Amino acid sequence: MRLSTLFAAASVMALAAGGQALAGPTFDAVKEKGFVQCGVNGSGLPGFASVDDKGNWSGLDIDLCKAVAAAVFGDASKVKYTPLTAKERFTALQSGEIDLLSRNTTWTLTRDTALGLDFVGVNYYDGQGFMVPKSLGVKSALELDGASVCVQTGTTTELNLADFFRANNMSYEPVVFETNDELIGAFQAGRCDVFTTDQSGLYSSRTKFENPDDFVVLPEVISKEPLGPVVRHGDNEWGDVVRWSLYAMVEAEEYGVTSENVDELKANSTNPTIRRMLGVEGEFGKALGLPADWAYQIIKQIGNYGESFERNLGANTPLKIKRGLNDLWTRGGLQYAMPFR
Amino acid sequence: MAVQERASAAAAVQPPVTERITVLAWLKHNLFSTWYNSLLTILVGYLLYLVLVPVFRWAVLDATVSGDSKEACDFAGACWTLVKVRFGQYVYGLYPEDQRWRVNLALAIAAVAMVPLFLERFRHRLTYAVGLVLVYPLVGYTLFYGGWLGLPVVETPRWGGLFLTLVIAGVGITASFPLGILLALGRRSEMPVIRSLCVAFIELVRGVPLVTILFMASVMLPLFLPAGVNFDKLMRALVGVALFSAAYMAEVVRGGLQAIPKGQYEAAMALGLGYWQMTGLIVLPQALRLVIPGIVNTFIGLFKDTSLVTIIGLFDLLGMAKLIVTDPRWLGLAAESYIFAAFGFWIFCYAMSRYSQHVERRLSAGERR
Repeated sequence: MRLSTLFAAASVMALAAGGQALAGPTFDAVKEKGFVQCGVNGSGLPGFASVDDKGNWSGLDIDLCKAVAAAVFGDASKVKYTPLTAKERFTALQSGEIDLLSRNTTWTLTRDTALGLDFVGVNYYDGQGFMVPKSLGVKSALELDGASVCVQTGTTTELNLADFFRANNMSYEPVVFETNDELIGAFQAGRCDVFTTDQSGLYSSRTKFENPDDFVVLPEVISKEPLGPVVRHGDNEWGDVVRWSLYAMVEAEEYGVTSENVDELKANSTNPTIRRMLGVEGEFGKALGLPADWAYQIIKQIGNYGESFERNLGANTPLKIKRGLNDLWTRGGLQYAMPFR
Repeated sequence: MAVQERASAAAAVQPPVTERITVLAWLKHNLFSTWYNSLLTILVGYLLYLVLVPVFRWAVLDATVSGDSKEACDFAGACWTLVKVRFGQYVYGLYPEDQRWRVNLALAIAAVAMVPLFLERFRHRLTYAVGLVLVYPLVGYTLFYGGWLGLPVVETPRWGGLFLTLVIAGVGITASFPLGILLALGRRSEMPVIRSLCVAFIELVRGVPLVTILFMASVMLPLFLPAGVNFDKLMRALVGVALFSAAYMAEVVRGGLQAIPKGQYEAAMALGLGYWQMTGLIVLPQALRLVIPGIVNTFIGLFKDTSLVTIIGLFDLLGMAKLIVTDPRWLGLAAESYIFAAFGFWIFCYAMSRYSQHVERRLSAGERR
């Protein structure tokens, strides 16, 4: 606790010393150097940031870096990736080593304020969930009274688990392990009835199982882990660019604009929102300091939010993550873009 | 004369023993000499059978190498398909495929340039080695990083795999050796300022783990630098690794220096040699030869310590092995990936150890009895 306070204090001091001297707003610097320096998950997180057979980065977080590059330069490839560990990520942003942090980072009050950072949106709503064998016949986490639960020790996951069972007046027997791989082995061997960690982690762990189809993730989510892109505090113009790049992807899905029909819609659509978003009408690009076709470039090159989700996490990938909380608000999820007006 | 005669007489009486060792005799002598040795042999043999057979079955008999995706594999045995498909990434990291020849060329130049060091007849080996250490980094940097002579720039975040491990270990070894010697001499110096500076540096650096130094370099240092000033992360790690191993090297070399009898120093001074001549011509050649095992031990330790850079987001061989198995298409093959990385490390460490034994034998030729 004290150590983290010290770290926060050191960061704030460094920021106070360095904040004003930063070479102009990030946006100008990015335009000048011709690429976006994007901080990504250096340990790799399946579906969010990993390297494919060709050595290219891919994943949901990577798509966001590309979207920003497409908006600013009209070219999604103008990104340079800086792989970062969890401990380095904030320093790298504070010290100006990167322009944008897109590394499955949870939005919390402390990080948004004391660390001198600004979260500009949420590209994935994660949260702790439960996985059980189908043979158990359980449909809801509220039926888990008396179950033995495999959990990683020393994590917030363990604390959330205790809170959830206490709040619902249920008993459970924790079976704790040090690493996720141990957990997977024990759960498959039947040492416990329930496996708990963040939902995205449950899905990616399930792909490592011998018989993934014999297990099911329960619908309950017992903690909030909103993951989103981060910029430096007070870097408002640049923050706007990142925020609206993300919104453009979500809004495009809501209005049915995909990478395949975007050309046709740009030419023929009569829907005023689509026409404004794609830069046929209005001056949104100018307001953001971007080219008029910024959103068109994002959708053409990366696709809308749904396409990105399906490509990286969805049913056709080994992860098979359901949209759930990350569905559009119109379908009962939380993804909601502010109006393009 | 008389002694010689007696010796030859003794030789005539006792002909040299030419015992033919048969397999059975060897077994009886070494494995089944007593009843409890027999019992132990059988027990250990059974344990080995229990462990090795499933491992062999998993790694060889039931393993898959064909195909180019995880679907080609089943859960029965190892899936070496992963290593086959991603081999380039284990070796070069994310270095662009069409530029990998630059790494190969640089390593080939290094190999060729080092040949004279192994030629016993080549007189100026030391001068040559010093020149190589000064010139080669420029050649390596130009080829690896580029941005000159029409070579496109390849930024350090794209460096990785075995190549990065070799870069870190190579820089660490070549920088820490001379630095360590200077620190060791400094620590034994009679000038109080130099001595206390060297002691302070060695004790400070040796008193903290390498992980701490890497964290300082990657997390804290950027906060203390003025805004807009950024050193490359790899550069920061390299400096950290070099300073760290220099402190260890200094203590190894000091051990050698202390083993040289005082008479050697006095004899050198009596000959009218100055400090540097005495150190360079009389003391160091003897001291370094004594501590070859210690030096190589430090080098091997350093080579393996390079894998710690994964915690600051650099992809050395181990980091690459970790990153590769987070690709959704290859999830669940961590064991194969780690085993392959371990194998890579073993090959290099074993080679270093063999080479050091060779050097030791050659240098101690005068002392052998």
